[in-house]
Amino acid sequence: MAYSDYESVIGLEIHAQFLTDTKIFSSSSAKFGGGDNEHVDAVCMGMPGTLPVLNKKAIEFAIKTGLALNCEVKKKSVFSRKNYFYPDLPKGYQISQYDQPVCEKGFLDVTINGQKKRIGITRAHLEEDAGKSTHHGDYSLVNYNRSSVPLLEIVSEPDMRSPQEAAEYARAVRSILRYLGVCDGNLEEGSMRCDCNVSVRKKGEKKFGTRTELKNINSFRFIEKAIQYEIERQIDVIESGQEIVQETRLYDSTKNKTFSMRSKEEAHDYRYFPDPDLLPLIISDKEIDLAKSSLPELPQQRAQRFQTQYGLPEYDSEILTVEKEMADYFESVVKECGNAKSASNWIMTELLRELNNSKKEIADSPVSAKMLAELVQLIDKNTVSGKMAKAVFMEMFKSGKTASEIVKSQGMSQITDENEIGKIVDQVIQANPTQTTEYRSGKDKLFGFFVGQAMKASKGQANPELLNKVLKEKLKG
Amino acid sequence: MKFLNKSLLEVRNDIVSKKIKAVDVVQESLSRINTLDKELNSFVALNDKALEQAEAVDKKIQAGENQGPLAGIPIAVKDMFCTKDLRTTACSNILKNFVPPYSATVVKRLEAAGAIIVGKTNCDEFAMGSSNENSAFGVVKNPWDRARVAGGSSGGSASAVAARLAFGSMGTDTGGSIRQPASLCGIYGIKPTYGRVSRYGIIAYASSLDQAGPFAGSTKEASEILKVIAGYDEKDSTSSAEAVPDWTQNISTDMSKMTIGIPKEYFGDDLNPEIKKIAMNAIEILKSKGAKTKEISLPHTKFAIPVYYLVATSEASSNLARYDGVRYGVRIPSSDINDMYAKTRGQGFGTEVKKRIMLGTFALSSGYYDAYYKKASQVRHIILKDFAKVFSEVDAIVCPVTTSTAFKIGEKIKDTISMYYNDIFTTSVNLAGLPGMSVPGGLASNGLPVGVQIIAPHFKEQTIFNISQTLEDNIEKKVPHGI
Repeated sequence: MAYSDYESVIGLEIHAQFLTDTKIFSSSSAKFGGGDNEHVDAVCMGMPGTLPVLNKKAIEFAIKTGLALNCEVKKKSVFSRKNYFYPDLPKGYQISQYDQPVCEKGFLDVTINGQKKRIGITRAHLEEDAGKSTHHGDYSLVNYNRSSVPLLEIVSEPDMRSPQEAAEYARAVRSILRYLGVCDGNLEEGSMRCDCNVSVRKKGEKKFGTRTELKNINSFRFIEKAIQYEIERQIDVIESGQEIVQETRLYDSTKNKTFSMRSKEEAHDYRYFPDPDLLPLIISDKEIDLAKSSLPELPQQRAQRFQTQYGLPEYDSEILTVEKEMADYFESVVKECGNAKSASNWIMTELLRELNNSKKEIADSPVSAKMLAELVQLIDKNTVSGKMAKAVFMEMFKSGKTASEIVKSQGMSQITDENEIGKIVDQVIQANPTQTTEYRSGKDKLFGFFVGQAMKASKGQANPELLNKVLKEKLKG
Repeated sequence: MKFLNKSLLEVRNDIVSKKIKAVDVVQESLSRINTLDKELNSFVALNDKALEQAEAVDKKIQAGENQGPLAGIPIAVKDMFCTKDLRTTACSNILKNFVPPYSATVVKRLEAAGAIIVGKTNCDEFAMGSSNENSAFGVVKNPWDRARVAGGSSGGSASAVAARLAFGSMGTDTGGSIRQPASLCGIYGIKPTYGRVSRYGIIAYASSLDQAGPFAGSTKEASEILKVIAGYDEKDSTSSAEAVPDWTQNISTDMSKMTIGIPKEYFGDDLNPEIKKIAMNAIEILKSKGAKTKEISLPHTKFAIPVYYLVATSEASSNLARYDGVRYGVRIPSSDINDMYAKTRGQGFGTEVKKRIMLGTFALSSGYYDAYYKKASQVRHIILKDFAKVFSEVDAIVCPVTTSTAFKIGEKIKDTISMYYNDIFTTSVNLAGLPGMSVPGGLASNGLPVGVQIIAPHFKEQTIFNISQTLEDNIEKKVPHGI
């Protein structure tokens, strides 16, 4: 069996919950959470005689997202009914765009191992979310808070060839959604959901293999792991002489396995037809132009600018711009301290590591942009050495105190007074008469020994350049 | 009968000018319902706050507060309209315990105009039927002959007005459900242009065809009620922003500039001669008042019934999916969710409703969609184009409403096709979204009333009211014996 003889073909369907105040077809709150069935009204509960009315904000968000994903925004799109019975679906149908979606034919460029790759986007369409069922032994409960919350389903082309590419594409989509402020992109809470269509074929083969659809994946790490598992499972099936069954499979992250949920034969006949309660959605050029002019700077543009404006490497620019908050943080630090290179280094190494270790978002960082800027300035002014600064940073992250407070309270500031350094050097020379004689008689190598001794005596606080200068002078005798 | 033998316009004026009290008028309505409706079965629920609400209207009038155009007028509402705190069932067992926490926009507008909703009227279950025999509350009897049907689906609303239990009533018309019972009960009933009246809070049968409209004892009463309920509603995306004129004020019986179209397909050789005679009589009256007539053709009329039963049932199969026993209405419990659905819907829905859900589900199914739903939608568009072409040449169409006078209870219920073909003259109007009205045209030789249908272009209800008034002025008014 040779996994390397195969290549995988992956396409993603990303459901993004829009951050509108109210639901897509009703005026109840679209906020996440709330008490059981607190954010509901007659319309989103599917009560008799109630009718859907389309939320204007959801249209605006769909146009913006479509434009950011390089899609063609359609002047006319149509809402259809997707009919099936399920307790969390109050009307017995979901209103969703079907054969005429609001956005089509887009793409997104992602960087994988330093290589640019273009992922096609087939379509993006508006629809309503369903409620949520929970099962309790011999009974079940349904919470309709989520019912009719707006969703944009973004469907990619089957353009990805590895789990890494799929995860990278999903991250890029999330990043754009967050930059636009249309979705908070929380996979764990389900405000962004990612279904993966996976198939494999022998390398060189033109035809796609039979695909399976993976659901229930709630982190980017799991996107990679679930797809990786599924690729290997499919290759094993084929290699053992069997055929892949077209089906929906659920990913179980604790077992790191996928399980069959339903096969194509069991799939519903959704009996789509245009919803007679809603008129076709007509979008004017003016609305598209307005959305265009209100688009913020997007992650890729910002990364480009970071390279030209701050001279950062491509890799650093991309890391810093994935999250809008991170990029904002970086630019605030630079604005305060004027040292982009240093700001980038501190964020990319110390700050990201500590945030990761403590599972914090940049927004919750105990070290604010202003605080980090102060630390960079203290280094630039030689008040603290680079080495000391790392210890100061750790203390800042731990205590939330500013750099100057820590330096002051722990007496950590650098000694830059020449007289004071002179005194320390004098003590060192006095304490080491043998080495002094040897040095003076030409054993230059011993200079390093004196630097070490003097630095130790200053508890590491002496300014290194000044210390060198004074040592050289005093050792001359 | 002191009040209900009069026009609602006159009674409204008497109430507003304090000559009479709303509470007495409503009391007369309730008393008549209590005595006459035992047999007729027009009502399925009464508003026990009706007298209280009438008193409130009287108090406001005493206090000099400005009262609406229907101040103190008893109105009956078909059980398809949701009424806050008043049981609303669509005459189905599946909703037999449903009390809505909201009112339909139509009901709100009636109440805001001062109308008193006296009760909810009987109809075919989910408005599916032409005889009111498909109701969970039993058949409605025709005030002209109690062995006969009142028509359907709005049978209770038609019967209630014909028997003078209320001044007016609300119906819904998906394929003829206002016009056909109006014709069989000898009263006025208009289905306005699609989009004229908000559908919000009206239990949906077929969303692209459903339209609410009033039944009344005269043209002006009908136009007055329609004015109250018509107009854009932000809760219904398909409601129209078209301005609502003061039809009653603007009624003109000058027919000299009017060209009436007579569709040859509606006057075929197989048309019942009595029905034909009454329609032709109406046309003669209009001609004598100066109208020109023109023979026209609506060549795709023969497809209207099949197209209607595909479009309507497809939409219904989806609209009625929400009655699943999960959130409201009746639930037949089971340990398995699919079994609970099957039992609840199997026992909750009546035969005709289940038949239509199955037909619609089939028409939308993968593999059949193109041949049925899609094809029907295309033919629907052709039917609309037929009318558009005709309306470039004529101002209105005058034709029959029904194929016969009211038939006997039980006569057609076993013969589905014959029952469906009752609607041959009315369904095209819904498919095209046009306004159409049934106006009393006189009695057939069996002594039963026959209506005449007036159809006009979109939003030209004024033309319809003008023609209706002209006929009203020139046809002797008849009322059922003993009413």
